[in-house]
Amino acid sequence: MSTREQQVLDRIDRARRSRARVKDELITMAHGAGGKATHTLIEAIFLEAFRNPLLEPLDDQAVFAVTAPRLAFTTDSYVVSPLFFPGGDIGDLAVNGTVNDLAMSGARPLYLSAAFILEEGFPVADLTRITRSMARAAATAGVQIVTGDTKVVERGKADGCYINTAGVGALEHPFTLGAAQARPGDAVLVSGPIGDHGTTIMLARGELGIESDVVSDTAPLGGLVATLLAAADGVRCLRDATRGGVATILNEVARASDVAIVIDETAIPVRPEVRGAAEILGIDPLYVACEGRMVVVVDGAQADTALTALRSHPLGDQAAIIGRIAVDPPGLVLLRTEFGGTRIVDVLIGDPLPRIC
Amino acid sequence: MCLGIPGEIIELLTGQPDLARVSVSGVKRAINIGLLSEEDLQPGDWILIHVGFALSKIDEAEAKAAMEFLEGIGLAYEEEIAALRESRID
Amino acid sequence: MRFVDEYRDADKAQVLAAQIAGLCEPGRHYKFMEVCGGHTHTIYKHGLEDYLPENITLVHGPGCPVCVIPMGRVDDAIHIASQPDVIMTSFGDMMRVPGGNGSFLDANAAGADIRMVYSPLDALKIARDNPSKRVVFMAIGFETTAPSTAMTVLRAAAEGMENFSIFCNHVTIIPAVKAILDSPDLRLDGFIGPGHVSTVIGCRPYDFIASQYGKPLVVAGFEPLDILQSIYMILLQLKEGRCEIENQYARVVPWDGNHKALQVISETMELRPYFEWRGLGVISHSALRVRESYATFDAERLFALPGVRVADPKACQCGEVLKGVLKPWECKVFGTACTPETPIGTCMVSSEGACAAYYNFGRFTRTRVEQAVKGAIS
Repeated sequence: MSTREQQVLDRIDRARRSRARVKDELITMAHGAGGKATHTLIEAIFLEAFRNPLLEPLDDQAVFAVTAPRLAFTTDSYVVSPLFFPGGDIGDLAVNGTVNDLAMSGARPLYLSAAFILEEGFPVADLTRITRSMARAAATAGVQIVTGDTKVVERGKADGCYINTAGVGALEHPFTLGAAQARPGDAVLVSGPIGDHGTTIMLARGELGIESDVVSDTAPLGGLVATLLAAADGVRCLRDATRGGVATILNEVARASDVAIVIDETAIPVRPEVRGAAEILGIDPLYVACEGRMVVVVDGAQADTALTALRSHPLGDQAAIIGRIAVDPPGLVLLRTEFGGTRIVDVLIGDPLPRIC
Repeated sequence: MCLGIPGEIIELLTGQPDLARVSVSGVKRAINIGLLSEEDLQPGDWILIHVGFALSKIDEAEAKAAMEFLEGIGLAYEEEIAALRESRID
Repeated sequence: MRFVDEYRDADKAQVLAAQIAGLCEPGRHYKFMEVCGGHTHTIYKHGLEDYLPENITLVHGPGCPVCVIPMGRVDDAIHIASQPDVIMTSFGDMMRVPGGNGSFLDANAAGADIRMVYSPLDALKIARDNPSKRVVFMAIGFETTAPSTAMTVLRAAAEGMENFSIFCNHVTIIPAVKAILDSPDLRLDGFIGPGHVSTVIGCRPYDFIASQYGKPLVVAGFEPLDILQSIYMILLQLKEGRCEIENQYARVVPWDGNHKALQVISETMELRPYFEWRGLGVISHSALRVRESYATFDAERLFALPGVRVADPKACQCGEVLKGVLKPWECKVFGTACTPETPIGTCMVSSEGACAAYYNFGRFTRTRVEQAVKGAIS
């Protein structure tokens, strides 16, 4: 082989080893076809953002050992519109949402999968932004994204980008947390102001013409849960108050545990702007989604300990005790209003729609 | 019927007819004030908002009077209770 | 929030409640109607009935613009929305209201483009942004909302818009109240008058209620203390043998209403000879339509409407509930066949309909709820 030929071969070899770069500005059907373009996309965007030893072999699966006696396993799909909103984007939402579903069992979140359904024509720059945001969220939550998938669908068959994440977490404690565990006398807490995320999304769609400084509360709650469980015994149930808001979670607990829940309107933390938006639109913040808040049901005797523990953590510094579990009427959530009256807080029918009347 | 919310005028939007920026608990929206063209609206005025329109200028004096009435009832009530208590002691 | 929080004060409520109890004659039962669905919503949302003695009953009136839209009109709107290149727009309240063949949400699922807007002006903006589409605004509401629609039509006319029209379903409150007053099976002691309608029409149109029917009416605001104070004012009238129209909501409602608002309504709209109300039947001169001079903005003229009258389901007793003859739970289908998820009747449709409000917020007996709350808090 001539020196000249060797030089050329070396150059090709270097090029093959060098970092993959996506030169296209928009996602094309080729990026989902499994060939060179798919490979480049995976290496240049996903591996680049999520890089870790379990992902790096790019095999069909991640293989790992677990020592915990029990595992928690969950999945969730993210289709939020708009993809980017004040305080976050679909990327950190997809990580935090699944991390939180794991954390609500008391598990320590370990590994996530990430599957993307991209619409033909989706900007590569947006995808890069989303994956970087996922990587940051994963680092904050202390989890690794270890396996994934990408599909591209024709223009018009999806709304830009959908993400599914699944996750596993290690359950190192022996107790079972759940909606059916509440008992009369227990206290009900929320970990912070409610309704920020749902309000942000509603306003970010721009159709309502309302401006505000509200930002999404999307955050990973694993650390807050660990702090709480380390400090307080008698935690019965943890639920992140996503779709349907705090009211829906409380109804689920009331039904599953066959107890009444009585909450105090004046004790529920709601930011003034969230309240303002809710008043304008005629909706109730109790039904508006959060993405970084949880409802805690804990033994009544441990309520203050739990509150102190939550407030010691930056994600729980505005936590509050909002109510108690009672016996009668079973399956119902009651609200003592600011005005001093009482009413039922029922399950929401459909989406909260703005009302004029 | 007819959800109406009080909001405070932050600024009158010049260049656009009949529009003002209004704040409701820190949340802001452009509101059409064309139905109040007979009022001399200024920033700091409070209006009642319904479906993006200002329907009425809130009358601060009337609001104050109503509150005083409510507080007056309260006062009279407390005095009555106090008098009742005293009469029982006697 | 200013002009909101101070009217939700529990201490002042206690005091007013004591005064109200003191004004009630022993052994007498009082029935007051809150005409407006917004009041119904406030009453349930804040648990206001907890402050009322047992001998005061609040009857929830017909003032819910969504509830009174007859099913045939919903069908007509969906018919318009199903025409080529049409974007239909309406308030969020309308989206779930069932017609004879489903609701707007159902129509969307079947391929229509029906969008929710916050303001009629937003519908006009959609028309501006979509010049190749015909944008129709489903206008609903009483005199409170009609001026906003009228202003929007005037704006569309000023801009020379050619792809914007309204499907006018505005109704007027006085004929509905009169229909209720004329119904033979009704016994009311007074009215809590609709506050926001009155910002537009003022307080004078109610004079006949006092002078001809001998019932007091107090125009009331929408915070719970407003309503409690209005009940106090009605009771005081009864006690002192007066029968008048009074204005509790003077901070918002001028006695003579909003002249400009009335003027833009009459510029663009005129009374219909008659209109069907869900639950109440046909009432003459009770609704508005677009005037001939603005015909190019009138969806009723632009689209051929089926206009088929759909009878209210037989089992439904909404008419009786709206007139206050029946309490929501006394209806045969309440909570069984008719729920907020699958509403049969008008009152279950909107969150401010009497039945939906009662179902969502009030379903349990007062005493049982009070005991539970006391037990949990002490």
